[in-house]
Amino acid sequence: MRIPTIFTLELQKRHHRIGRLLALAGGLVFAVSAYLPWAYASGALDDMSYLGGPSALQFLGLALGLILAICATMGLIEPWAGAKGVAPALLKVSKRVGWTRGAKVTGIGMLAYIGVVLLAIVIELGGLVTVEWGGWVALAAAVVGLIGTRLITPGRPPSLERLRTPGWVGILAIALTLLGALLLAAYALNQVDGGSFVVILTFAGVLAAFILRSGLGGWLSSISQRHRTVLVFAAFAVAFLFPFTQNGSDANMSIATQVLIFAATAVGLNIVVGLAGLLDLGYIAFLGAGAFTAATMSQSAFATIGWKPPFIVVMLIAGLISATLGLIIGSPTLRVSGDYLAIVTLAFGEIFRISMSNLDGRDGPDLVHGSSGIPAIPNLNLFGFDFGAVHTVAGIPLGRFSNYFFLMLLIMAVIVLVFTRLNHSRIGRGWVAIREDEKAAEAMGVNVFGLKLLAFAGGAFLAGLAGAVKAHVDQSVTPDQYIFLESAFLLAAVVLGGMGTVMGVILGAVLLKLVPEKLRFVNEYRMLLFGLLLVVMMRVRPEGMIPNQRRVLEFHSDDEELIDEIEEDLPYEFAEES
Amino acid sequence: MLEVKDLVVAYGKVKAVKGISFTVEQGQVVSLLGTNGAGKTTTLRTISGLLRPESGEIWFEGERIDRVPAHKVVMRGLAHSPEGRRIFPRLTVEDNLLLGAFARKDAAGVATDLERVYDLFEILRERRTQPAGTFSGGEQQMLAIGRAMMSRPRLLMLDEPSMGLSPLMMQRIMSTIRALQSEGVTILLVEQNAAAALKLSDRAYVLEVGQITLDGTGEQLLGDDRVRRAYLGED
Repeated sequence: MRIPTIFTLELQKRHHRIGRLLALAGGLVFAVSAYLPWAYASGALDDMSYLGGPSALQFLGLALGLILAICATMGLIEPWAGAKGVAPALLKVSKRVGWTRGAKVTGIGMLAYIGVVLLAIVIELGGLVTVEWGGWVALAAAVVGLIGTRLITPGRPPSLERLRTPGWVGILAIALTLLGALLLAAYALNQVDGGSFVVILTFAGVLAAFILRSGLGGWLSSISQRHRTVLVFAAFAVAFLFPFTQNGSDANMSIATQVLIFAATAVGLNIVVGLAGLLDLGYIAFLGAGAFTAATMSQSAFATIGWKPPFIVVMLIAGLISATLGLIIGSPTLRVSGDYLAIVTLAFGEIFRISMSNLDGRDGPDLVHGSSGIPAIPNLNLFGFDFGAVHTVAGIPLGRFSNYFFLMLLIMAVIVLVFTRLNHSRIGRGWVAIREDEKAAEAMGVNVFGLKLLAFAGGAFLAGLAGAVKAHVDQSVTPDQYIFLESAFLLAAVVLGGMGTVMGVILGAVLLKLVPEKLRFVNEYRMLLFGLLLVVMMRVRPEGMIPNQRRVLEFHSDDEELIDEIEEDLPYEFAEES
Repeated sequence: MLEVKDLVVAYGKVKAVKGISFTVEQGQVVSLLGTNGAGKTTTLRTISGLLRPESGEIWFEGERIDRVPAHKVVMRGLAHSPEGRRIFPRLTVEDNLLLGAFARKDAAGVATDLERVYDLFEILRERRTQPAGTFSGGEQQMLAIGRAMMSRPRLLMLDEPSMGLSPLMMQRIMSTIRALQSEGVTILLVEQNAAAALKLSDRAYVLEVGQITLDGTGEQLLGDDRVRRAYLGED
């Protein structure tokens, strides 16, 4: 969002130096204020009432203050170092960093952070009097810092992504970034207090904004382009390590497993929506079809199908049944496009749910016991590995949800692999053409109907796989788990994260699923909040949090500067292949 | 090479093409002329499989293709550069060209043809990483022709390549068509600019409200009084 320009360029030019000094001072005082007591009593957040010893959350504030101070300092040092010829190599790197842009966004972020902290203190302890003097100092420092950063003239755009980076530095950077993300996530998840969680979330948001604005984001993304395999493996390694940070507690692992199921389904939906450009509003039905199939063939006493093949077979059958449903619903409707497809899939989702409710022995054959569904689905046992038992690895106990987490991670890997292979294939190119101009694609010899059907059925298949696992994780399958709202949330995750990308959609899915699970009050207002979030996103960043580069063009095709920027980055994925 | 027999095409109840027949011989440039709504574009779209005829037959290299789906028609060596160019504006030039070769699976051949198109239109090579939508009309037309060439067609159908172009750019396009012909590509051309089309046509057909009213060699039609009056704007 654009901050209204109170400080005109004229004003900025005149007070540029003062601005930097104010920002420096604000950042430093803010950092120091972490050592001051912010709250009157220990009850709020993680006890901010001490003088001389920052709490963990106050350390986050300290970090923000230091970031701002460093950004402001670098802006002051650069001209001086340039004139004196100090450390020319370092200066070259430094000139590529968007210090000013980073400072500006951190200035806003610092105020947001202290605002959330003070608000949490006021709410949790009751009243403004509960804020100690240190809190006011921090607030004042944040305001000074913000004014300072507003007074600085906007600097040149960062160009870190064009920095030549040795391979090992890049890999190290990827590893450190992911490790940092893991630690932050583990730390955030272990918060019992809702306020603390929001504070950490705010900090993470500010940090992400700083990384993006300062050019570090561009640098990281150019590195990860080059070391794509390293990135993917590192991401999975980090996710794999996550259960080991939980000390055997299943509380967070239960959430993490649900998040992973949701994310895997969202990536599957992204094939349909993001790659082929088909709006599917009933995707949850395919997850449901997989879950119901697995439930009816499970070892549950309420299962209605006598045949009990091994789970691998069940999973494949679940996927195939979902895919068949996809073909049945897709073959008549994929000839129409756009709004019609959305309406038909929306109806299909409802038809699926109501049909399941009617398979209760009264209105139809008793296949799934109607709305009461199939309960008491036992834990999986794959090759002698009992998913219900606690396994201890390297002294760390891993409970039931950890086991399912690992299984879902495996399925996620399969889905991501399918997604990326398809995206970079001839089929992926055909999908791009269909998305852009269906008629022209047809004239080029693209089998439009066939490719659409493939996306639809393929996406359904992947959802079916995830559904089969979900049945065992949830231990019961009922029709009301698969309502339209869930489809809407999946779609929101895709749109929010970035259509056509894996990382973006995973991020979107994690946010949409994790935040309401951790925060009761968000859960109550989640429809309102997510509606708002979507509106804001469409205004500010319609291409999603981590956009597909081609998509950026679709939303900003009139922005010449951006086009130039992207052109240079756009990999020759098509050229490589042919 | 291409033979159209008694072709009737209808949009619902409205017949856009009312039983036309014509042939295109190997190596020729053949033009379909006519005003708006005469049925020229409909004819091309039917030949390339994007529309289904109500009756009549279309034969290409000895095989009947009027029931063959569009993506298979391309594989048989018949390319269609549609009306209004219809390039993919947000894809790069190179992606556009590669999409033209979508029906092909021989990667090496595609790479060769890509170079061939770049040799034909040097500007495309220079701007291969740019989004095609940033191009001028003439450059887009070059891209559209180049894209159609990427399927290595034996018969190339061009729908109004001169639309909206400057006279200079139009000349460029017309000389490109002649160059393609000399490379052995047969061309079926739909044009409103009758004078330019007739000059390079071996044979031409005049369509009026879905029927062929005149046909002959390019020279014959250029000299024909009715053509001169109706399409060349002479008295």
